[in-house]
Amino acid sequence: MDCSSQLVTVGFCSRASNLRLLRSVMRDAAGLAGLDAGQTDAMVLAVNEACMNIIQHAYGMDPDGRIDVSLWQEPGALVIRIRDYAPPVDAGQVRSRDLDDIRPGGLGVHLINSLMDECGFVEPPSGGGNLLQMKMFARKQGENDDISG
Amino acid sequence: MTFPVEDRQGFSVVMLSGEIDLNNSPDARKVILNSLKKMKHVMVDLSNVDYIDSSGVASLVEGFQYARSNELEFGLIGVSEAAMSVLRLARLDQVFRIYGSLDERLANGG
Repeated sequence: MDCSSQLVTVGFCSRASNLRLLRSVMRDAAGLAGLDAGQTDAMVLAVNEACMNIIQHAYGMDPDGRIDVSLWQEPGALVIRIRDYAPPVDAGQVRSRDLDDIRPGGLGVHLINSLMDECGFVEPPSGGGNLLQMKMFARKQGENDDISG
Repeated sequence: MTFPVEDRQGFSVVMLSGEIDLNNSPDARKVILNSLKKMKHVMVDLSNVDYIDSSGVASLVEGFQYARSNELEFGLIGVSEAAMSVLRLARLDQVFRIYGSLDERLANGG
């Protein structure tokens, strides 16, 4: 482990009741990374949405799945990797719904793509599962990162 | 978790608060739909919502759709900035009827 760039790794079970604690940890990690309020809100919501998708879809609400979230810094970017141990998902099927089609659900992927600069599945390490990687690039001074738009 | 509902001037006002996520959005959905199923017009007060994710937003969309199908009124009042930012991202700020308060809705006459 490269401790100079590592911010936090948190592992938890796939229970909706754990999301609040996860968000709290992500907020603290955002502070360590020097994110401003808007960037912090964006990152926290994106991580929440990704983990919620895992709980609902990858694990099908099975409360005993494992999820690992890791954050570290690269030059110019905050990197977030979210690992699950569920059967592999078909990345082609993970897509946002048409926003003009007003219906409950299907917003999570749209929110993640709106909030993060990069997002996609990468090859998981041995042991199977899925590995989602998201990146938030450092902003130049004055650029607006606020999710309030 | 139970979210309180108050009957005011012809509306059931559902007061959501705190962090609305996958853990408690089913409760929010239930209280919103229960009010609508009593054939009451519903305003959801989001002034004390500190956080809402897509599961919470889905509860609002479901209420919106139920109301539209049953010729009932459904709107949001006092939307906090935290909630509004997510509604904007989902482009739902252009879909929901949004008022500053119930008084504003009453003044506007619907």
